[in-house]
Amino acid sequence: MLYFLQHYWWLVVSLLGSLLVFLMFVQGGQSLLFFIAKKEDEKRLLINALGHKWEFTFTTLVTFGGAMFASFPLYYSTSFGGAYWLWMSILFLFVIQAVSFEYRGKVGNLYGSKTYDTFLFLNGTVAPILLGVAVGTFFSGGAFTMDKMNIASVETGSISRWANGWHGLDAIIVPFNLLMGVVVVLAARTLGLLYIILQIDHQELVCKAKDRVKITGSLFVLTFVVLLIMLFTKVGYEVDPLNGSITAVKYKYLINMLQLVWPLILLLTGVVLVLLGLIRTIILDKSNGFYFSGAGVVLAVWSLLISAAFNNTVFFPSTYNIDQSLTLYNSSSSLLTLKTMAYASLFIPVVFAYIVYVWRALTKTKMNIKELEEGEGHKY
Amino acid sequence: MFFASLLDLSRVQFALTAMYHWLFVPLTIGLGFIIAIMETYYYRSGSEFWKRTTKFWMKIFAINFAIGVATGIILEFQFGTNWSNYSWFVGDIFGAPLAIEGIFAFFLESTFFAIMFFGWDKVSKKAHLISTWLVAFGTVLSALWILIANAWMQFPTGMYFNPDTARSEMIDFWAIATSPIALNKFIHTVSNCFVIAAVVVIGISSWYLFFKREDEFARKSIRIASIFGFISLIVLIWSGDGSAYHVAKKQPMKLAAMEGLYNSQEGTPIVAFGILNPKKNISKREVDSLGFELQKPYIFHISIPQGLSLLVNRKLNTFVPGITDILDGNYSYITADGVEQKALSVKERMARGRVAIQALASYKEAKELGDEEVKESSLQLLNDNFDHFGYGFIEKPSDVVPNVPLTFYAFHIMVILGGYFVLLFALAIYLDRKEILAKQRWFHILAIISIPLVYICTQAGWIVSEVGRQPWTIQDLLTSSASLSGVSSSAVLTTTLLFFILFTLLLAAELTIMFKVIKKGPEA
Repeated sequence: MLYFLQHYWWLVVSLLGSLLVFLMFVQGGQSLLFFIAKKEDEKRLLINALGHKWEFTFTTLVTFGGAMFASFPLYYSTSFGGAYWLWMSILFLFVIQAVSFEYRGKVGNLYGSKTYDTFLFLNGTVAPILLGVAVGTFFSGGAFTMDKMNIASVETGSISRWANGWHGLDAIIVPFNLLMGVVVVLAARTLGLLYIILQIDHQELVCKAKDRVKITGSLFVLTFVVLLIMLFTKVGYEVDPLNGSITAVKYKYLINMLQLVWPLILLLTGVVLVLLGLIRTIILDKSNGFYFSGAGVVLAVWSLLISAAFNNTVFFPSTYNIDQSLTLYNSSSSLLTLKTMAYASLFIPVVFAYIVYVWRALTKTKMNIKELEEGEGHKY
Repeated sequence: MFFASLLDLSRVQFALTAMYHWLFVPLTIGLGFIIAIMETYYYRSGSEFWKRTTKFWMKIFAINFAIGVATGIILEFQFGTNWSNYSWFVGDIFGAPLAIEGIFAFFLESTFFAIMFFGWDKVSKKAHLISTWLVAFGTVLSALWILIANAWMQFPTGMYFNPDTARSEMIDFWAIATSPIALNKFIHTVSNCFVIAAVVVIGISSWYLFFKREDEFARKSIRIASIFGFISLIVLIWSGDGSAYHVAKKQPMKLAAMEGLYNSQEGTPIVAFGILNPKKNISKREVDSLGFELQKPYIFHISIPQGLSLLVNRKLNTFVPGITDILDGNYSYITADGVEQKALSVKERMARGRVAIQALASYKEAKELGDEEVKESSLQLLNDNFDHFGYGFIEKPSDVVPNVPLTFYAFHIMVILGGYFVLLFALAIYLDRKEILAKQRWFHILAIISIPLVYICTQAGWIVSEVGRQPWTIQDLLTSSASLSGVSSSAVLTTTLLFFILFTLLLAAELTIMFKVIKKGPEA
């Protein structure tokens, strides 16, 4: 039962993670602010179109953190306390986002709308890269030590420590992590462009977005393929669920895909959907490619995150001492906690249903400048 | 301060971020309901006046909500970044409420927030009204789960310590979720939010009346807010009494610090107003016990005889232990299960705590060596002494005493201001009934001044609850010092300064935006 629930919660947490990557189309849109929206009314249009959705992304990030804390507290404790600067940088970037939509256009915002636009731009470019790097550490690991029993030692104290002074900044220069960061930011941008095409009724903006998505979309697909090659040729670590001993396995992630099969199906479906979305947009000139590529990103990322931990894989290897790595078995909450939360998670479809309802209500008509000037709704 | 320890800096960072967050959240929670009530008027009457009024307060809500979200994300992740030992030690219990909060409350809030703000001409009037109520409901729900988690830290229940994983594990979710402390904390906090929003609405409306603007808008806003606030305040005071009662049972040291009570007696009085003697310092007791005893606790005080006995034990002539009584032990008290027990001294508890910690270490060692006999006996020893586990981290007895002046003054400021707000709401209701509200300029000024006062009151409440429970992150089980991450103090200092600068800049922007919106008024 515990075994099942540990896997169930990894599925849930990694689904949240992949939804987060999809929802970062908001960040992708923000990163385009200075590039495709030159005039103030174009900027406002873009900001408002994104502003109707930014809360979803933010909430998903917060829930991802909460779910991680709840189901795999040792990861939460080790990674957040260890890769301190990486996570703190991410948090700062989200703090400055949260106020910017609301304050940028308001009288009395003190620092001028340029400042808030810059905040949005920074959040839109740097946050996806750093989040990508953080996701990369699921595969490439971190330089930490971990011993739960340290809690019983008054002198040494901390149950985990980062073995070098960089506290997570070192993860950024790991090529695999960096590539993951680049893939995530390109995914966000591609989806951001597709979202503009879907939601905005402004010829010039949409034209520019269509132009750009050809290049950004291709780059995204290309870097993703390189990432897959790197991942599938990578050494992974396997844990023995009975005694917790850890061994290195060549091509571990490829083996996971081939042995489990269904993550591979998810991955391939995801890739096909992403391509379909791009083809619909670029070749067929349809405006709803966003939903196809978006769903594709969710499936593909989900599949990768599944392969990070399923099939007895170490999901947060310690590059300092591999025996102290984190696995689903040594880092999860207790049976009762996982079970209680599993009951609560049965309500997720309800949550999902009302999100879809609200999303549809707000997205069914395209947004244009006229609505921005005359509409009754709250404006940014 | 710049060379302070990791513990001090981590605490400063937590206090800074939590108190900043708490500047914005209560208004969001309370205003959400006031807005929902106003929109219900609009829904029923169809009057443009109520729509305008609703939309004006929604603007205030949105400005405030954005910065509340910004300051909130830090709090959630801070448990991991700065308190990673704690995160593991309690993750099994603390995590569940947090996850449920995410699934149920945050999405409810943020999803229907979108309809509430952007959906005016996109959904039906009814769907919009329901969304507004759901947002209000969502904000309260998110408060519920985080307070359940907080209540558990102040009074751990429904758990056992698992020596194999070296953490507390949940054995009874409902005991945690329905702990009386959690319920009381929830009621106290939410009614406090309602009161804050009511005072803010009355204050801003009075500003309009003072400048003879927006007469109808201001009077009707005050009417709703004063009744809403008055009822909430009654609940607030009632739950405050319940809160003190629980504190006395579970955290007697906190109560003693709140009252500045050292040597107690039967028929313990309560201090209505007092000034502490700064020379009475508990940490001096260990070096100069006579000198410490000779110092009087207060320079000046007005006390109500028997007050504390009545509050805590609901009975005259009963004993409420003071700070030195708790340190020395040897008084009898009734436990939560109704059994009479003799209190142990803190020294004794420290010794037993060390036995428990040592037993955990030998348990681990025996487990690795496969020595079943030692393993069993260590486990027995650990379980027998586990109630004192956290005391094993304590260096000297006086370390279990929180900052007395801070807790004492915060508590008394909170109570006095609470009493003042009864008067404010009563006045508002009376003046409105007599229909002379618009002319009473002294009342307008009073109401405007009350806005900063209500924030001082609520922040003082946070101090009582969170400074007063030091040195514990989890009462009796884990100290703040044993909860830390393995990060350097310079890193925490840097992030603290960055947060301080960023939050202060954002607060300044928030306030000026707010003032501009108020100045423009609901007609804009």
